[in-house]
Amino acid sequence: MFMLEKAMTGSRRYWTWVGALVAVIAVAFGFYLYQLNYGLGLTGMSRNVSWGLYIGQFTFMVGVAASAVMVVLPYYLHSHKEFARMTILGEFLAVSSVTMCMMFIMIDMGKPMRVFNVILYPQFHSVMFWDMLSLSGYLVLNATITYFTLHAEQEDVHPPHWIKYIILLSIPWAISIHTVTGFLYSGLPGRLGWRTAIMAPRFLASAFAAGPALLILLCLLLRRQTGYDVGKKAISGLAVIVTYAMVINTFFILMEFFTAMYSHVPDLTVDFQDLYLGAVHTSLLPWGRTSIVLMAAALVLLLVPRWRRNEKSLVVACVLVFSSLWIDKGVCMVVGGFIPSPLGTITRYVPTLPELIITLGVWAVGALMVTVFYKIALSVEIAKEASYVPAYELAGAASATGLQAHASSAVTGPGASAAGQGNEGVSGKGGEEWHH
Amino acid sequence: MKITRKEFLKISGACLIGLSGKKALAVLDSSAKGQTSSASASKASKQLGMIVDTRKCIKDQGCTKCIEACTQAHNIPSFKDPAHQIKWIWKKPFDDLFSSYETQYLEPSLKDESTPVLCNHCDSPPCVRVCPTGATWKRKEDGIVMMDWHRCIGCRFCMAACPYGARSFNWVDPRPEIQNLNPDFPTRTKGVVEKCTFCSERLAKGQQPACVEACPEKALVFGDVNDPKSEIRQLLAKSYTLRRRPELGTGPNIYYLV
Repeated sequence: MFMLEKAMTGSRRYWTWVGALVAVIAVAFGFYLYQLNYGLGLTGMSRNVSWGLYIGQFTFMVGVAASAVMVVLPYYLHSHKEFARMTILGEFLAVSSVTMCMMFIMIDMGKPMRVFNVILYPQFHSVMFWDMLSLSGYLVLNATITYFTLHAEQEDVHPPHWIKYIILLSIPWAISIHTVTGFLYSGLPGRLGWRTAIMAPRFLASAFAAGPALLILLCLLLRRQTGYDVGKKAISGLAVIVTYAMVINTFFILMEFFTAMYSHVPDLTVDFQDLYLGAVHTSLLPWGRTSIVLMAAALVLLLVPRWRRNEKSLVVACVLVFSSLWIDKGVCMVVGGFIPSPLGTITRYVPTLPELIITLGVWAVGALMVTVFYKIALSVEIAKEASYVPAYELAGAASATGLQAHASSAVTGPGASAAGQGNEGVSGKGGEEWHH
Repeated sequence: MKITRKEFLKISGACLIGLSGKKALAVLDSSAKGQTSSASASKASKQLGMIVDTRKCIKDQGCTKCIEACTQAHNIPSFKDPAHQIKWIWKKPFDDLFSSYETQYLEPSLKDESTPVLCNHCDSPPCVRVCPTGATWKRKEDGIVMMDWHRCIGCRFCMAACPYGARSFNWVDPRPEIQNLNPDFPTRTKGVVEKCTFCSERLAKGQQPACVEACPEKALVFGDVNDPKSEIRQLLAKSYTLRRRPELGTGPNIYYLV
């Protein structure tokens, strides 16, 4: 059923990793039940900062989901064959991150059991309604695409011809999910930090940097653990995409900075004041500054061709890109919009421990999904490649089975890095893992 | 004429698409008209509003009679933690309400003059626009921005959208914190948003809102701003009043007489 049986066999390491994720999920679920019983007062959110880490993570993950288009588009529209082995990985990443988005929305809801009211009483003037439509549509599209392409590959037949249209549809759809998510913020009259026409473009730019950066890390990890190589050209192609997106994202931030600072309109400058300049004392300042420093460092590593092509420094750059944008979007953007409040109050927001654990739990679900999906994808791919081994080389079958076993043991990685990033401690941790 | 099953399905499918398309267009059309027509239509229909006469309200800075009356009437819990507080009507320094009107030379006593704040029952309320379930809506007959606490899913999009900070969320169960339960008004549960409803339950009985009735200085004037003969309109006609952030186009209906 859905090829899930392929994820049911694996080495001890594979099962240890899966077990660890399940344990994290179980603990987080316990805390979630507590939150459900006690109320969202369990979190650090308040009357003035009424969205926090959950909605920040949701927004960030929409970007990771949308970024699959950066592999799909070159591959299908421009016949960029180098991305062939990476496309399915990108699509699976999208499926996992859209699921995470939905979970983040659910855990942020005061009355999650009433969620179907959104469908029972649809409000066409609410951006939230359209966001729900576009996110669930995107999930269905990508689930369909991954299932049918992988299934066809396994059976060694061509995928159904109509899948082509689904794939084509998924391209603008990916843009739409992050655009509509941008509209959630930019359409609000009173929040001047958010009310900017480049909110959606900026979301897309940061998404197309952070998502592919994560995909590079996952691909390199897969290669290390399983020997499944997406190819040097695919990695370097993706690195160029990350570089362009990061440059455009930085450009957008500077545009905002100029407009605010030169016009000197207090409503516009206040966001930069509390995020980067420290004129107003909030808990955000260290986050804002860290994000900027990481962003600058990432740009240097990406823009110098020698460093971008060197895999070791590329890994560092990708970790920097991902963590910088995670802070920028997952923490600063959402919380910053609530400071000061409409009545001028500066409210500190610090997530509570249960809030962090629940967040980590959602990341663990994402990591588990990626692990299982990549396991399935790899067993199909590797089995296919193994079947091409000429008969006279069957003597070397031992090594092929070795590879297989290795593959099963493998997929420690994606989760490890994802969970690490959920942990906030990202930059150092992820990076080191790669070097040793 | 013979029609095959396939053709029949094709034609009926096309008809269905056509019908739903027409309906969708009608919806879009009405929502596009909504903005302009609500402004002109509301000229004809009723729009309840309030004047806060700050010259009268200033007399006793420590007075919280309006707040107390509201708290009692609506079973509002009294949380100590400011993060969890529920506020329908409360007082803030004048300067916080009207920061764009501030001059640095205003005497601190005037600057910090404590002034009532409540939902503005906007002509074009952003909270209603963003609500994904219709749990908050603008009532046609009198322009009150209403709340359905049984439909609210607690997404708090309305709190992000409100430019006046008029909405509160029940972060925890409010019932244990209700000081003096009023059995005639519902209590709320954790996980829903609430705010001032201009005492719709009292208006239905022909009474004035609780805060208006409780004010010892008669500093709160309540009525239909669309009725030229109403007391509120007469007062608006002959005095300078301020509204909070009118430049956002929300059309707030709370006027501050200075």
